[in-house]
Amino acid sequence: MATAHAPAADKYYVPHGSHWPIVGSVSLFLVMFGAIAYLNEWFGGWIFLPGALLLSFMFFGWFHDVIGESRSGAYNHQVDRSFRMGMMWFIFSEVMFFAAFFGALFYARSLAVPWIGGEGVKVFNKLLLWQNYDPSWPTNGPARIGGHEDGSFQIIPAFGLPAINTAILLTSGITITIAHHALQAGNRTVLKVFLAATFLLGFLFVGLQAEEYMHAYKELGLKLSTGIYGSTFFMLTGFHGAHVTIGAIMLVVIWLRVMKGHFTPKSHFAFEGVAWYWHFVDVVWLGLFIFVYWI
Amino acid sequence: MATHAHAAAHDDHDHKPHGWRRWVFSTNHKDIGTMYLVFACTMFFVGGTMALIIRAELFQPGLQFVDPQFFNSMTAMHALVMIFGAIMPAWVGLANWMIPIQIGAPDMALPRLNNLSFWILPFAFLILLGTLFVPGGAPAGGWTMYPPLALQGGDSFPMMIFAIHLRGISSVLGAINVVVTIMNMRAPGMNLLKMPMFVWTWLITAYLLVAVMPVLAGAVTMLLTDHFFGTSFFAASGGGDPVMFQHIFWFFGHPEVYIMILPAFGIVSEIIPTFSRKPLFGYESMVYATAAIGFLSFIVWAHHMFTVGMPLAGQLFFMLATMLISVPTGVKVFNWCATMTRGSLSFEPPMLFALAFLFLFTIGGFSGLMLAIVPADFQYQDSYFVVAHFHYVLVPGSLFAIIGAVYYWLPKWVGRMYDQKLATWHFWLSAIFVNVLFFPQHFLGLAGMPRRIPDYATQFADWNMVSSIGAFGFGFSQLLLPYIIIKCVKSGAKAADRTWDGAHGLEWELPSPAPFHSWESPPSAAVIARGAEH
Repeated sequence: MATAHAPAADKYYVPHGSHWPIVGSVSLFLVMFGAIAYLNEWFGGWIFLPGALLLSFMFFGWFHDVIGESRSGAYNHQVDRSFRMGMMWFIFSEVMFFAAFFGALFYARSLAVPWIGGEGVKVFNKLLLWQNYDPSWPTNGPARIGGHEDGSFQIIPAFGLPAINTAILLTSGITITIAHHALQAGNRTVLKVFLAATFLLGFLFVGLQAEEYMHAYKELGLKLSTGIYGSTFFMLTGFHGAHVTIGAIMLVVIWLRVMKGHFTPKSHFAFEGVAWYWHFVDVVWLGLFIFVYWI
Repeated sequence: MATHAHAAAHDDHDHKPHGWRRWVFSTNHKDIGTMYLVFACTMFFVGGTMALIIRAELFQPGLQFVDPQFFNSMTAMHALVMIFGAIMPAWVGLANWMIPIQIGAPDMALPRLNNLSFWILPFAFLILLGTLFVPGGAPAGGWTMYPPLALQGGDSFPMMIFAIHLRGISSVLGAINVVVTIMNMRAPGMNLLKMPMFVWTWLITAYLLVAVMPVLAGAVTMLLTDHFFGTSFFAASGGGDPVMFQHIFWFFGHPEVYIMILPAFGIVSEIIPTFSRKPLFGYESMVYATAAIGFLSFIVWAHHMFTVGMPLAGQLFFMLATMLISVPTGVKVFNWCATMTRGSLSFEPPMLFALAFLFLFTIGGFSGLMLAIVPADFQYQDSYFVVAHFHYVLVPGSLFAIIGAVYYWLPKWVGRMYDQKLATWHFWLSAIFVNVLFFPQHFLGLAGMPRRIPDYATQFADWNMVSSIGAFGFGFSQLLLPYIIIKCVKSGAKAADRTWDGAHGLEWELPSPAPFHSWESPPSAAVIARGAEH
């Protein structure tokens, strides 16, 4: 081949083998097995914990290696692009994961509940099954599942805590952008401050969500088991909260890296990947705020 | 790293790790591809054994061998094992082996992620097959896991859910890797419309995988919370709807069937031109047809559930959208026929499997059209006609394409030629028995025999017996495949670099067997041009 004696810069980069992926597979198996054992009330549910620890260890070790390789200059532009594309497609898969739960919300709200109430050709549901059911949203179904003793429940108004949370997340989207611009301009002090502000806002959001959950459970009768409203509400906000927590941890990690002097104005993929992820949880929240809390 | 590349240029085997480390820590696309293929082959025989248990029970009316609960477990597990354990990993294995070679790359874009994608699979199937040994037995509510039946499973229920979660993680990570490899690792000068068809079909397959596997994860998560945590997603008493599960499931499920067939289109588009000694007819229309099928796959899901009681407008929409798919599929079949027209044809084993694909997949497509017609579907729903339809597209469709691909590229993989005479025997036994096995199931279904049933009225006895004979003939003929491969690896004659004289594509520009790191540096424009004659 013509390029057989080209300098090393023209060569492809191929990483050496690694033991982290197999640690990841084994720890995922332990986590899943522990969850199965716990749910089936078998002996061995505790395996979940060492599995989760091993999984964290895997993330720590794998990223440690990759960061080391990156900082030693082993990666070329092509590798950088692979990482970027990989992160984008990963976020797309996450979007589709949320799409399943949003789909459940829309289907239940605009089709299933009216049908149970006897809309259109489903009129016999009203005539024969549930004469007294009022199919208006929010609902916990004709059997009034969950909620208070009498089956009633209240919902969280959009323009209370959820609106404050929206402001918090949107602000955090601005602070991370300021931090990014500071990184590109080489202004490390602004970078450190605004990155810290971003994850602090993230944790504040999670804390307020936890507060809201306690209020919902203790006073409003709004629980995971409160019919379809409780199911969709807690599934969507719960998975979103989990993602915010993961995103905030990621922000802490890159903040610690910034404190150690990592990243240059030109090369900082990890920062950008985390920023994309943070914007993704932000956008999902806007969907939640509009369709779960507001409308 | 430069030293590694340098050393590897001298001797491909120099830095290859040895022993178990080579496989467990592997970041090599060929080794991981091999592991995927071996895993798929193993699961193919596991799932095949389950199929033979089903066909043994159905050989005669009455209950002979297994109790009905176990029979139902076999139908559910056979599907789960074959779909998630055999066909999909086989495609990922072929993608791993061939995509980097075909686009002039050294490896997959994210080699370590590749290792994780594979090694999740054995654990997922350890859990799934483990359900056979827990109280209550394996899942018996069908692979579609419809509530409320699926929610009544015993200890196997959370095992099935978490096995699917693991399998989904593996698929998504694997698909991300494929997309990134194709988008980022192509040799300079290989633009999108110069890519081999197998690469194109896999690009669209990978997109479908990333889009729908998370939706399946969401669906089974809702099943899990309905069972264990008191949610009401699929319970009408709480305002939910069991039919909602079917919608979410088939939003995953229909793209999923194209995930299993699109790479087969790619394989056939590679094999037919080679053995017709002509370029592929209508390459660009093939690409656009594949993309159109990928797009349409997202808007046809409810044709799997016409009888659940959906609004008439919905039935009409999904019927017409489904029929629309026959247009791009027809383009493909036309192009394959046009490629062969006035070609210089020869009938080596890969070509035989590709031709059988062409005829038999088309039969499956036609029965699919019949099923798409709503009023007709009310008759066919849940009958053996459906079983015949999807086995025609999956067995002489996907599976034949996989076997064809193995016979096409095996000499490139191991550097040795297999016993073509034996492979031709394998083909004829498979092609005859697959029809004996599945064709009578059309008649059974049209006569009213329901699917997933261990016993049946005596009027169905004759065709069931024929079908079971076909099943055992087909199942045992498949043992030839591992035999031929092992014989080839051990004692095959040396294969030429360009194994088939009509073959084009970058893989034939590499020596046989292909070096450990396929392309150390990008292939030159001349090499790409030689390969790009489709």
